[in-house]
Amino acid sequence: MLPAPILLKPVEMHIPDGFLSLPVALIFWALSAALIFLAVRRTQRELGERQIPLMGVMAAFIFAAQMINFPVAGGTSGHLLGGVLAAVALGPWAGMLVMTSVIGVQALLFQDGGLLVMGANIFNMGLLTTLIGFGLDRAVIGRGIGARLGVAGIAAWLSVMAGALFTSLQLWLSGTALLGIVVPAMLGVHALIGVGEAAITVAALGFIFRTRPDLLTAEVGRSRGGGGWVIAGLLTTLAVVLVSPLASAYPDGLERVAGDLGFLSVGQNAPYQLLPDYNLPILGESALSTVIAGVIGALVVALLAVLAGRALNRANRTKT
Amino acid sequence: MHVDLFDRFRAGASPIHRLDPRVKVVVAVLFILSNVLLPDGAWLAFALAFIGLLFLNALAGFDLLFLITRSFVALPFALAGVSAVFALPGRPLWAWEIGPWQLVASDAGLLRFASLLTRSWLSVQMAILLTATTQFPDLIHALRHLRVPQVLVAVVSFMYRYLFVLTDEAMRLLRAREARSARPAAGGGGGSLAWRAWVAGNMAGQLFLRSYERSERVYAAMQARAYRGHLLTLNPHELGAYDWLLGAAAVGSLILLQVIARL
Repeated sequence: MLPAPILLKPVEMHIPDGFLSLPVALIFWALSAALIFLAVRRTQRELGERQIPLMGVMAAFIFAAQMINFPVAGGTSGHLLGGVLAAVALGPWAGMLVMTSVIGVQALLFQDGGLLVMGANIFNMGLLTTLIGFGLDRAVIGRGIGARLGVAGIAAWLSVMAGALFTSLQLWLSGTALLGIVVPAMLGVHALIGVGEAAITVAALGFIFRTRPDLLTAEVGRSRGGGGWVIAGLLTTLAVVLVSPLASAYPDGLERVAGDLGFLSVGQNAPYQLLPDYNLPILGESALSTVIAGVIGALVVALLAVLAGRALNRANRTKT
Repeated sequence: MHVDLFDRFRAGASPIHRLDPRVKVVVAVLFILSNVLLPDGAWLAFALAFIGLLFLNALAGFDLLFLITRSFVALPFALAGVSAVFALPGRPLWAWEIGPWQLVASDAGLLRFASLLTRSWLSVQMAILLTATTQFPDLIHALRHLRVPQVLVAVVSFMYRYLFVLTDEAMRLLRAREARSARPAAGGGGGSLAWRAWVAGNMAGQLFLRSYERSERVYAAMQARAYRGHLLTLNPHELGAYDWLLGAAAVGSLILLQVIARL
């Protein structure tokens, strides 16, 4: 068994380069890039020129806040990841950009997480967490402080679990981990980390509510009418809640489903293929072919994500 | 407080330091890409990539072990890849039965795990080299040239600017807590776990407010000084013949590496 301090750090979720296969890395880069693109446009409209100092300083805040810890037991300590805090306090789009910057700087400056897999890291720790955080918060926005804090706590715990689940699934799809081991292990460790995340998030938001309640209502008010966020947040939550026990208890079942859908080649001798015949037939089984196939896949996913985002935006606008 | 606590840049005037940051970013990413594309067990190619790294390390004027000693940051994550040993069918080496799981370690799985660690280790060394030879403002500038959205680049450069300020602030909060928390020699103390978490949360909230208010001040100051949307660097950032040549040589070696791995 490894010393517990190594296990109980948020670092466990920063995937380094080399752990994800090229198609998985590229597809998550595309997903993240599409969401970041939308976030850039939305924040530009909502915040104007004020956005750059606000988001820049708040990104530095998340980075610094991740240093604040509290001792748990036996030399371990609780930390903050910050996605839900950023989403509730700054709104979803600004929260996404802030988290993206934090993860990007951690990778570029400290080698915390890889460069080629940064898209996956941004997705797991930045985008998923803000989506769940804002979506759930938005669902109880008129219900008073107690309800909002309670829901923020649940969202914080769930966001850590969602990040851990997606990290495990990405490792599994890359053929670098066994589903039946990695999912229970990651979720087990992060169930504890998530409690720390929830406690700090709730206390921090409570503090802001007590001292500057205007901030929390003002920033959220700017993104009012986000019914789409509620749906997206709830659906993501539901997916995490449903898939986690399934993947832990019946890994064979999930592998069968993924195999039937053609998502998987784990257990075959083609480790670098997301799809069984991932290579383009014309080019044969070369590295170039894999790259091109990956790029095509990534472009398709990016296109779908942008279209979905546009639809979400439109739905939001018609509601306001 | 301690800026160099964070800054991983190592001043120098080597050929690598002088190289245009755009070229460095692109070559670093291509190197990592090349590692991912190398098949399991391509030990010759892995070794050549490592020799290439040592060569660049020497060219940058660092000690022989510089990259290696810094390269263990990603090590804890190796744990997540351990189960690869059991993930592939092949010649079984060992078998365990732990509770409901039946684990069979295969030679192919072991090879996968070893290759995985090697790829990751090589990649992280290249990223370290990039950070150690490029000042962060130059790195950000390169991202701007490489078509990363302007807004994101600006946010990152602001973040870098205030990283140290706010980390200082966080350290002050931590020190203040330390100063006010007695620690009995007999151990224990410090209140219940929930109370400790609550204190940490209040500190995070406090830091949030200080940061938020600072961002408002920064914005007012920027308006006063007619900020134009990006940070300036004194380095020229023009791609010269030297940059193209070195970049092309690097890309050529990476292609050669891929060919060697597949012979």
